[in-house]
Amino acid sequence: MRQPSRRTVLQGVAASGAVAALGAPPAIGQAQSRVVVIGGGFAGASCARALKQEDHNLAVTLVEPQTLYTACPFSNEVIAGLREIEAQQFTYDGVRRDGIEVVHQAATGVDHAARRVRLADGAEIEYARLVVAPGVDLRFDAIPGYSETAVEAMPHAWKAGGQTVLLRRQLAEMADGGTVVISSPPNPFRCPPGPYERASLIAHYLKLSKPKSKLIILDAKDQFSKQRLFQAAWQELYPGLIEWVSLSMGGRVTEVDPSTKTLITEFGNHEADVANVIPPQRAGAIAAMAGVADQTGWCPIDPVTFESKLQPGIHVIGDAAIGGAMPKSAFTANAQAKVCAAAVISLLRDRKPAEPKLINTCYSLVAPDYGISIAGVYRPKDGLLAEVEGAGGTSPLSAPASVRAAEAVYADSWFRTITGEVFA
Amino acid sequence: MRRELLLLAVLGVVAAMPVAAEAPAGATACAGCHAPAGRDLPVPTLSGRTPESIVADMQAFRSGSRPATVMDRIAKGFSDGETRAIANWLASKDHASAKP
Repeated sequence: MRQPSRRTVLQGVAASGAVAALGAPPAIGQAQSRVVVIGGGFAGASCARALKQEDHNLAVTLVEPQTLYTACPFSNEVIAGLREIEAQQFTYDGVRRDGIEVVHQAATGVDHAARRVRLADGAEIEYARLVVAPGVDLRFDAIPGYSETAVEAMPHAWKAGGQTVLLRRQLAEMADGGTVVISSPPNPFRCPPGPYERASLIAHYLKLSKPKSKLIILDAKDQFSKQRLFQAAWQELYPGLIEWVSLSMGGRVTEVDPSTKTLITEFGNHEADVANVIPPQRAGAIAAMAGVADQTGWCPIDPVTFESKLQPGIHVIGDAAIGGAMPKSAFTANAQAKVCAAAVISLLRDRKPAEPKLINTCYSLVAPDYGISIAGVYRPKDGLLAEVEGAGGTSPLSAPASVRAAEAVYADSWFRTITGEVFA
Repeated sequence: MRRELLLLAVLGVVAAMPVAAEAPAGATACAGCHAPAGRDLPVPTLSGRTPESIVADMQAFRSGSRPATVMDRIAKGFSDGETRAIANWLASKDHASAKP
């Protein structure tokens, strides 16, 4: 593993500082002093900002093809007509104001030997360390019949944006008495409680606007996140409206037919009026191109530094990483990003990275005024991130409405705080 | 020679800048929910709090003497020593950002 010595790092810092002081453009390709971050979501943008905050002399480049980021948390509210998509959207102006170079290009490859990231326009950026935060890719090879073109008839809405708005429109256009089917993927996937929050908020919409309709969840799993809380709330708020079909009851979707919006399972066919297919997932494509994804499609990492176990000098954070007990959430991505930034800076300074502790807190809305949460504290153990025993867990199964309402308020507060930290 | 002088000059500037202490384990995660001062949000800011009051709150969350929605579950993941280190770091950040 090639690590720059303290001396070369300092020289790099001094050189770029001196050039800046003389009014010349900042030097490009100071490999010893530049960290490149691929991916401008909760993980990548948080990491870029944390790096710059910890060391203002460090050159940081954020590589992200989109100029506007559409956040996934709370996008289920958009689908249910409770919120507009614009409330989910953030620019990179704040990130740029920190002195981070934001390059709106797709990364197309990594040259490990030369420590360079290749961009779609042919440019290359040299790095001292690279952080890969590409989020997830949907696996269009996993369910026969489901493809990039099928997403128009059967939206996934698992990356927020046009798909979110499309699913909302399909629900709005559905006649009363229609059937909504959600296909929920096997583990691991982005936002484990997400499909069930989505089912809840769609049920809320149906109950108010289309009360003769029903919603079926076809699940590739026998258990899901916050399950008892969701199921108790469905009983209380939407009795008879939501049917959950587990894996062992024939919930796994084995094929789809977009032309008839049919979802096929081993136990029979479900014809939907609105079909939301959330397919299996893997780390974003650049992870495989960079050689940091293993045969599972996800990225094994050192739990102290988030450095790839496959490629030294490259760190992986957020949904793409194998986070052990940490779920793939925006909170996790942000927490990992800050720990990773501190570790990257320690490594650049030839210091031993400190043993971290991480937190995840993840809220779900069952109704606009009914929130539930899961929280956990994590630390490195046996090469993975493990839960600190005795801590964490879900909201109580039995709680007064005031507690559910408070958690809905805190959910909104969390979204405003974290998007402020990452993008404002 | 000239380059060495330049290096020394730049290093001098770097050394004179206030350097925030390295964040203790768990500390940077707090900002996921607790915003800096000046934003009127339901989750309270930790900015401006004394380390003693944060440690006391965390103990109360841990023992259950102070009711909570999530902080009771999170506080149990941290020892008194870890909480104290986090609280001190949060206070030192206040101090650093208050400097001109």
